[in-house]
Amino acid sequence: MEKEIAGQHRGYFSLADIMYFAKKGCEAVAEDEVTQRFTSEELLSWNLLSRTNANFHRVSWQLTAVWVIGILIRYCLLVPFRIFLAFFSILLLVSATTVVGQFPNGRWVNYSHGCCYRENRPQKGGICVANHTSPLDVLILASDGCYSLVGQVHGGLLGLIQKSCMQTSQHVLFERSEMKDRHLVRKREHIADKAKLPILIFPEGTCINNTSVMMFKKGSFEVGGIIHPVAIKYDPRFGDAFWNSTKYSMMTYSFNVLTSWAIVCNVWYLPPMVKEEEEDAVHFANRVKAVIAARGGMSVLPWDGGLKRKKVKESFKEEQQKKYCQLVTENGFMGNGNVY
Amino acid sequence: MGGKKPTGVETKEGITDMLFFFSSVSHSQITRLYSRFTSLDKGENGTLSREDFQRIPELAINPLGDRIINAFFPEGEDQVNFRGFMRTLAHFRPIEDNEKSKDQNGPEPLNSRSNKLHFAFRLYDLDKDDKISRDELLQVLRMMVGVNISDEQLGSIADRTIQEADQDGDCAISFAEFVKVLEKVDVEQKMSIRFLH
Repeated sequence: MEKEIAGQHRGYFSLADIMYFAKKGCEAVAEDEVTQRFTSEELLSWNLLSRTNANFHRVSWQLTAVWVIGILIRYCLLVPFRIFLAFFSILLLVSATTVVGQFPNGRWVNYSHGCCYRENRPQKGGICVANHTSPLDVLILASDGCYSLVGQVHGGLLGLIQKSCMQTSQHVLFERSEMKDRHLVRKREHIADKAKLPILIFPEGTCINNTSVMMFKKGSFEVGGIIHPVAIKYDPRFGDAFWNSTKYSMMTYSFNVLTSWAIVCNVWYLPPMVKEEEEDAVHFANRVKAVIAARGGMSVLPWDGGLKRKKVKESFKEEQQKKYCQLVTENGFMGNGNVY
Repeated sequence: MGGKKPTGVETKEGITDMLFFFSSVSHSQITRLYSRFTSLDKGENGTLSREDFQRIPELAINPLGDRIINAFFPEGEDQVNFRGFMRTLAHFRPIEDNEKSKDQNGPEPLNSRSNKLHFAFRLYDLDKDDKISRDELLQVLRMMVGVNISDEQLGSIADRTIQEADQDGDCAISFAEFVKVLEKVDVEQKMSIRFLH
């Protein structure tokens, strides 16, 4: 704003100032940084899945032929096998957790913890934070360690899986629209108890399309304790892992995942971080966010992932107005009595 | 009431018609903007409502957001189709050198300096009487500064601005006076967006 408006005439208003806002507004209409994060990433080169081919151009018959073969392989060969496997595993999960949940203390669950050592794995009593793209993030991390989860309660198939998991470990499930401080208190209790599993939290609060990391909610960074950042990056060439929950149900999403080539994922466990003495939670959250984004090769956005569902706060508009004011009044401050 | 409302560009003729009428934009830009239009169209009925625009966070925090959104909608209507969407955005295409030597007898492209100025003028002139009155200027000023400046100070700013621009003594700014005040301003640069990467 400074460069465009102040230019030659800092200190007074010009009729041309309106042009700056008009241009910014229309730029946002043509393309904006935020709403594109809530839909699947646009790929530079096609990965032979028709769902990622938004602007269809017929390139050549050979490519079409390859695509048809791809469809046959994915739908006729891979899918039936994967569906059978998925069905069988869910059945096993539900029955096993029902059985294990009957035992007191649930200490049995901890024995399944693998013995392989990987540097920087989250320890008991710590908080693990990661960027969020889909529920698969949980599966991937859980296959490599046991966590207590914090997340939005769902219905349907995912709800069933959540309920089964609740039988054997302590998880915190809540309704996004009613999140309040009592969850903060519960988290604090949880990590204070060193015998409990590390908590897995996704501070963005919702699924983002894996091209950037959006605002980390400060809640998890206020409780104290050690933060173990984890960066998760999916390879878009093989399949699109992003779950657009406003558009697809869990079943549709699962089907999309099963009919992709594969889900290839890179997970980086990063060195633990602690909030410094003078630092506030927001600053700490941004620090962790920057580290995760840098490792995963994603950009950083200050915008709130909650904008997927909510409108933006009025206070941001007020900030813009204030900024403009400072540019068109002398000395940059109000109330000095000058009439221009 | 079923199916999509026609946006006018489903056919090849539709696209050609567009290209002729809005000679300011290229074919690939139209395709890209069409895909943007459909992603904004949550109701999937081929038109955008004001709510669809307000969902864009960067536009929602723009102090002149509501005025800009209004610029997209034709007089008295609540829905804008793709043609209208394109028409408004076409004002912001940069002016390229090779266009300066184009056919002088054809319709003036929407992104000409004069049309860009007209677009800005219309943002001020709410009642469309081809004059920016003191009230209209005050309204826009208030939107841009929020609560940070007193009514008195704002009044003086408006008065001074009109005084400097007004040549025919009617205490309002006509389009010609508007153009004169901004003759040294690089309108092409201030009102251009690069929409294709």
